[in-house]
Amino acid sequence: MYDAVIIGAGVTGCAVARFLSAYTGSFCVMERAEDVCTGTSKANSAIVHAGFDAAHGSLMAKYNILGNRMYPELSKELDFAYKNNGSLVLALSEEDIPKLEALKENGIKNGVTGLEIVGRERLKELEPSVGHVPVAALYAPTAGIICPFGATIAFAENASTNGVEFRFNEEVKALTPAEDEDGSPCWVVQTANGAVRTRTVVNAAGLYSDILHNMVSENKIHIIPRKGDYLLLDRRTGGYVQHTVFQVPGKFGKGVLVSPTVHGNTIVGPTAEDIDDKEGVDTTSEGFDDLMAKAGLAFDDLPLREVITSFAGLRAHEAKHDFILGEVSDAPGFFDCAGIESPGLTAAPAIGQEIAKEVAEKLGLDKNPDFNGTRKGFIDPKALSLEGLADLIREKPEYGRIVCRCEQVSEGEILDAIRRPLGAKSLDGIKRRVRAGMGRCQAGFCSPRIMDILAEEWGVDVADITKTGGHSEVIVGLVKDRV
Amino acid sequence: MERIEYNLIIIGGGPAGLAAAVSAYDQGERSILILERDTRLGGILNQCIHNGFGLHTFQEELTGPEYAQRFVDKVIERGIEYKLDTMVMSIGQGEDGSKEVMAVNEQDGLLLMKSKALILAMGCRERSRGALNIPGFRPAGIFSAGTAQRLVNIEGYLPGRRVVILGSGDIGLIMARRMTLEGAKVLVCAELMPYSGGLKRNIVQCLDDFGIPLKLSHTVVRIEGKERVEGVVIAEVGPDRKPIPGTEEHYDCDTLLLSVGLLPENELTIGLGAEISRITNGPVVNESLETSVPGVFAAGNVLHVHDLVDYVSEEAGLAGSCAADYIAACGEGKWAADETGNSVPVTFSGGVRYTVPASVDPAKVKHWLKIRFRVGDVMTNRRVVLYLDGKKALSKKRRVMAPGEMEELVLTRKLLDEHSDFTSAEIRIEEDN
Repeated sequence: MYDAVIIGAGVTGCAVARFLSAYTGSFCVMERAEDVCTGTSKANSAIVHAGFDAAHGSLMAKYNILGNRMYPELSKELDFAYKNNGSLVLALSEEDIPKLEALKENGIKNGVTGLEIVGRERLKELEPSVGHVPVAALYAPTAGIICPFGATIAFAENASTNGVEFRFNEEVKALTPAEDEDGSPCWVVQTANGAVRTRTVVNAAGLYSDILHNMVSENKIHIIPRKGDYLLLDRRTGGYVQHTVFQVPGKFGKGVLVSPTVHGNTIVGPTAEDIDDKEGVDTTSEGFDDLMAKAGLAFDDLPLREVITSFAGLRAHEAKHDFILGEVSDAPGFFDCAGIESPGLTAAPAIGQEIAKEVAEKLGLDKNPDFNGTRKGFIDPKALSLEGLADLIREKPEYGRIVCRCEQVSEGEILDAIRRPLGAKSLDGIKRRVRAGMGRCQAGFCSPRIMDILAEEWGVDVADITKTGGHSEVIVGLVKDRV
Repeated sequence: MERIEYNLIIIGGGPAGLAAAVSAYDQGERSILILERDTRLGGILNQCIHNGFGLHTFQEELTGPEYAQRFVDKVIERGIEYKLDTMVMSIGQGEDGSKEVMAVNEQDGLLLMKSKALILAMGCRERSRGALNIPGFRPAGIFSAGTAQRLVNIEGYLPGRRVVILGSGDIGLIMARRMTLEGAKVLVCAELMPYSGGLKRNIVQCLDDFGIPLKLSHTVVRIEGKERVEGVVIAEVGPDRKPIPGTEEHYDCDTLLLSVGLLPENELTIGLGAEISRITNGPVVNESLETSVPGVFAAGNVLHVHDLVDYVSEEAGLAGSCAADYIAACGEGKWAADETGNSVPVTFSGGVRYTVPASVDPAKVKHWLKIRFRVGDVMTNRRVVLYLDGKKALSKKRRVMAPGEMEELVLTRKLLDEHSDFTSAEIRIEEDN
């Protein structure tokens, strides 16, 4: 019997797990994919929003502000990449300026500090690359950027170190209320591999959170996958933009953002298209054209020839456009984290902390006296001094073998990604942890070597190594095997 | 931290780096170090197990590894130093004009080095799917042709059984044949342009001989399959290279190979601050194959993408010899040479896309200079004409020219002497009537 089963190992589920591990109890995260951070959490803008956008009084506003304030400290405790770069919302015409005023006012009500409307001159000082169209901007100095993989993996590793169990390739098929031996209520969680019992369930299933919720509640919810295409530009473009640059919704439509990433790439996106398929992460050429046209309104010379990859992410959009959080009234012991779309990544730690507290209170859990809230991230040799790097390679020669040439990732880092708690099992798992294959050649050179390392470390045949779990095997057999 | 000193450091131990090293040695230079990131010398030739290499250089048909071995042997005979499994992380210039190199490997750990001259011979990489903005899912089963070549020829793995190839670059054509021989079914090769980017002989020997259709003016418009590729849709494109609605054709396949262009790998060069051509994506060089940073030379696919390794070796030989001259000009105890001379830019018109070199100092040409270039479109019955100071200095008839085949003009010492002190040089492509 678990005290809590958390369904979904995205950023929300992993944040809940991490904060729950500060209490005494037995906790399990169940994830249908082969790794943490494989759904919405892996394909988004990677923004820590300031919080001026969410409607005042909404849960989105509340948890956005709380999460925004938690990230600077959390990124140090859990050692993941975060940068407070500030954001700008551009007015593309004079008509848009009242909208900036409205956003600023909403932001102040939400509790955002430091908001300032800047004219074109100051805008050009803040963001010299900005093009000829924008006339003014709302400047939000508290906004930031993070590595969404880094944050999710950090929450998960820290939870795991503090005793939370993670089960992968476990898709929940059914949830049924039951009673334990002494007659107290509990839940039976049914997966393809069997059933477990738990006193509480946390629904952090992202796009699938409506399916789980609707299994247990009469108050139905409906999650609509809202697709967003993105373009990612070469690290060479690093420094082109300093801030996360949004556009105010106006006569040109909703606009797209252009932002640096914590690793020095430039990201452009997203589009917004409501679709039916919860797995429909295919990009479209219309989406690319749309992004390029809209980004061109903000910047005259955005280096779009430096695109190294494109991808699409799905936001878990709920019709009421707010987070659905907390214990479900007609399903005691079942806690929702549903409708987590933007600013979900920003809100995740605050949601995690709150839901963990609610679950602990419900069950009367004590604080975990052995809880260690810090986690050491991956060694990044590129961040070391020359002496530090020389010492590292002397001590651990595998850090002197560069496997991914574009991102200059060593075998030492790849082995670390595999050998850690919840270690990487696939090429994408490696990529999300230490960036091998994330660069401009998109894994062309390094994937054969990484497949071999994965096969050796996990003791499996190289033909079983996948790109991203399931049936995404990279090779189909040996040469001439059917000749 | 102390720096290890050499006169010449060569980055890359593929065909360009090896030929450059041999040439510099034969010119009398003895302090040479080759840095190679792979586990053996030879570069990409090691995975090119098909034949057809060396017809110009050795007058025989060699496989890639055989061709490489000829140069590896020369390096070993001469006792030229090299380090394998060594990745150069950055290059720069010291205050004394020296070239600084930072590299790592397992044995030496961090390597800090300095030299009088550097030869860049890092080769190129393949354009990836991302750079093309091909829409669709991102399943397993999409490979660049070179990655597939490595998996098949080096690792012995079969990347897929039913294959669509996008792009008719030489590696894609070679892999169409290789995959067929290894037991896969290659369904089609689609090329965006109305002409192939590969050599004619490869189209004949790798597609036609195996009955694999080549569809010119076609591209991939959709990739299907969420985990592994399940199908690919290709469509015809119009003159604007946009897909024509209604021309879509679906192929059931598990693999998409991309052979859509090669990009010189110049991240180190950019870090150094050398000028880069937006056409070739390689450094801009003069007649000595010297970049805009004095004492730093470039040759092979890092400079501009070649069709034939023979030309890479020849070009690298020139870079090695010019680097040796530069080192000699540095003199004892000095890390940089005082360079003088006059540089005449090579201009062009009539469909030439670029020239290597981009400028010429006639005084620095020893016996001859080859100006290599590519055209932007297929052309028939033309003349390639060189004008020096507006006067026709050289004219060469070309029945067919195509973007996939590199062109060259040879300027002999004699020709340069006849037009001494010229201040303009232009290559024009003219109709041949």
